[in-house]
Amino acid sequence: MPEIARPGQERFVAPLAETPLEETGTVDTSAPPEGQWKEAWKQLRSNWIFWVSAVLLLFILIVCLFPGLFTDINPRAADLGRSKEGPQSGHPFGFDAQGYDVYSRVIHGARASVTVGILTTLFVTFVGLLTGALAGFYGKWADMLISRIADVFFAIPLILGAIVLLSALNNVWSGRGYWGGVIAVVLVLAVFGWPQMTRIARGAVLEVKNLEFIDAARAIGSSKWSNLRRHVIPNALAPVIVTATVSLGVYIVAEATLSFLGIGLPTSVVSWGNDIAAAQSEVRSGRNLHVLFFPAGALAITVLSFMLLGDAVRDALDPKAKKS
Amino acid sequence: MSERIEAATEPLLEITDLQVAFRAGKRDIPAVRGANLTVYPGQTVAIVGESGSGKSTTAHAIIDLLPGTGHVTGGTIRFDGRDITHLKRRQREAIRGSQIGLVPQDPMSNLNPLVRVGSQIKEALEANDIAKGNAADKRVVELLEEAGLPDAQARARQFPHEYSGGMRQRALIAMGLAARPKLLIADEPTSALDVTVQQQILDHLDSLTDDLGVAVLLITHDLGLAAERADHLVVMYKGQVVESGPALEILQHPQHPYSQRLIASAPSLASQRLTAQTRAEVRESAVKTAGEIVAEHEGDEFGGEATRIAVEAKELTKVFKLPAGGLGRTIDFTAVDEVSFSLRRGTTTAIVGESGSGKSTVARMVLDLLEPTSGAVEFDGVDISTLRNKKEQLAFRRRVQPVFQNPYASLDPMYSIYRSIEEPLRTHDIGSSKEREATIRDLLDKVSLPSAVMRRFPNELSGGQRQRVAIARALALQPEVIILDEAVSALDVLVQAQILNLLNDLQAELGLSYLFITHDLAVVRQIADEVVVMQKGRAVEQASVVQVFDHPREEYTRKLLDAIPGGSIDLAS
Repeated sequence: MPEIARPGQERFVAPLAETPLEETGTVDTSAPPEGQWKEAWKQLRSNWIFWVSAVLLLFILIVCLFPGLFTDINPRAADLGRSKEGPQSGHPFGFDAQGYDVYSRVIHGARASVTVGILTTLFVTFVGLLTGALAGFYGKWADMLISRIADVFFAIPLILGAIVLLSALNNVWSGRGYWGGVIAVVLVLAVFGWPQMTRIARGAVLEVKNLEFIDAARAIGSSKWSNLRRHVIPNALAPVIVTATVSLGVYIVAEATLSFLGIGLPTSVVSWGNDIAAAQSEVRSGRNLHVLFFPAGALAITVLSFMLLGDAVRDALDPKAKKS
Repeated sequence: MSERIEAATEPLLEITDLQVAFRAGKRDIPAVRGANLTVYPGQTVAIVGESGSGKSTTAHAIIDLLPGTGHVTGGTIRFDGRDITHLKRRQREAIRGSQIGLVPQDPMSNLNPLVRVGSQIKEALEANDIAKGNAADKRVVELLEEAGLPDAQARARQFPHEYSGGMRQRALIAMGLAARPKLLIADEPTSALDVTVQQQILDHLDSLTDDLGVAVLLITHDLGLAAERADHLVVMYKGQVVESGPALEILQHPQHPYSQRLIASAPSLASQRLTAQTRAEVRESAVKTAGEIVAEHEGDEFGGEATRIAVEAKELTKVFKLPAGGLGRTIDFTAVDEVSFSLRRGTTTAIVGESGSGKSTVARMVLDLLEPTSGAVEFDGVDISTLRNKKEQLAFRRRVQPVFQNPYASLDPMYSIYRSIEEPLRTHDIGSSKEREATIRDLLDKVSLPSAVMRRFPNELSGGQRQRVAIARALALQPEVIILDEAVSALDVLVQAQILNLLNDLQAELGLSYLFITHDLAVVRQIADEVVVMQKGRAVEQASVVQVFDHPREEYTRKLLDAIPGGSIDLAS
């Protein structure tokens, strides 16, 4: 090669003062320690969508728990003389066809809808996580069995399946009352909802179970079961939580749909779905739309809040899936 | 001759005071700070640096392929006599591909899996208006032939998954050179490939670019490789150029302390005599300590007699059943074929092989994480497959511990460092929680980490630090044997050297025996005493390190040795 360096390629050594060397492998111990959850919380905290949905949901939760704080009008007190009267002082949302106070029914209806959403999600998450983890972790015949059963249920559309099952249930268990009605809807939705969660959990477990720290734990002498419990499930939890928060809204909509069709919650239960169903005739006539508008609006806001929360949680727990 | 002189006076690429930054929120985080670099036509220039040194960022700035929020904040890039720093997008695109080609790093992810390889190269030709239609098809075959792919006509019609890693990289080289650019940027072109394939590809790239007169800007972390292939070296560190000049001169007389450190740490360049000597000292001390430990434990619960041989593999064989087309039908794949070796106490036996040689399968069988199809692993003369009751198995686990390759996957991200190291102690019910804490502090001290890292999580530590934690966890049960499965392969050279030193120190101090699994023959000299060379599931050569390096018997071993980049460079003169 050339003995005389070409212009621009002369020997160059940067002065040490301008390029200080750092010790290889030092640990910065100044900042407080941060685990994955803490980091996710930090991310969540800086997301305004999270705060909007959290404030709304907190409010909705208070309404569910203490409807008495917001109204002392009995939602079942009918005053036929005031049927379909519009909003007025003392009755901000007006009256429906039966002469019920719409505001009071919207407030009292929150509990049934939100309860169905939360209970179904809890149920589905529990069953789905358990079956998905077993299928993914143990594989072979356990996976075969669970996955095929899940496929069978997955093939049936949620609403269609729920309609069939609920009308069958009505024949054997009629007059269920408030909690009976709620639990029946929860069970039926869970029967058709769990396979989705099973798939998510199974996929997450499959991804985790071949990582080296699982082998390291086995080499320590941990049993398979304790490995599953201590390492695999905690690491597979993030996508499950994300799916759970998003599907909460879906189940609330499903309940309203079923009630609207007249086979969800019994008509004796005050719920948004039932009230929307009762307002059907007003839609056709095109008059007195306030009867439809307020329960439908409450439903929309609640579902939207849960969906937004789900979005924010997903961004925090699974930054890869973030929409750019 | 006159052309040469003319060429020598006019640089092809001239980067002056380049500044590149990445935008994070409202701040700019500098990635490249004032880099200078000159490439002449037909010349090979290498940028050398660790991960995070800014070497790839510099290269990507030239072709305007900075990822995400990266942008040039200062300095100039002149290419072929014209300033291309602030060209419009269209003008840049015209240069990219047709005048500057790129061979990307990862051959696996840089070809579209759904498109035939030939069509992808054709696309490159058509995008740069080199050829169209039938002419382009013909050119594709020529290019693939030129890149050294046999039977190019048929190969052009195949999909990427039908290619091996080396063939894909050849296809990418064909693509990078499709438009006959004046400059080819090769970003770690062979890092993902086996050493022997790496050598073939680089040889081919060398002769091809020589013939075509293409200048090459080689980006690499491997100083040996850079010195072997390039005329001019640019050493980068934390976004700055710390030293540049003729390759051999830098290697023989590095002046910046960083370059000096880099050269001292590079396994392929490390002085053989010196490492052999330190290694002998480590072994002597380790064997002595191991002997004392054995004497102490004479007649322990484990049953077998303590012997000088810690682990012995006897004709280990593993056959995997792979699905073959039809329902439930399988074909046998012999991953490990009658491999025997022994590991003497206080010494290191290295198992060396390329990907698919079965070396990691051997490691998993020795760890009793995988059952051998036939053959046996004996620990202190006891066949480990005969350990049936829980107590004996746990006793075995205590004495053999692993350290794995991927520092990002070998620690549970949910566990704090404290919990990670505590786990083996808890599982084996050792000590009270107070005693355990003292043990953990002691272990962290042994692997040279401050005890403050206890409360941190893996995501807060660097690769090297995580690997130290993994070593501390492996040491927690005071094992006698540690299986190091590619334990230093994913680390930067300097960190790798540190970890190897640490392993040597620990071996000398604690009398450990190591089974060191690696694809990199170069590091073997620094840590191993015996070497087993594996190829396609078989042990093709077994001997002491000195013998293997100085008098390799097998053709394959010789090939591996020759392929060590920079291995033949004379540092002394």
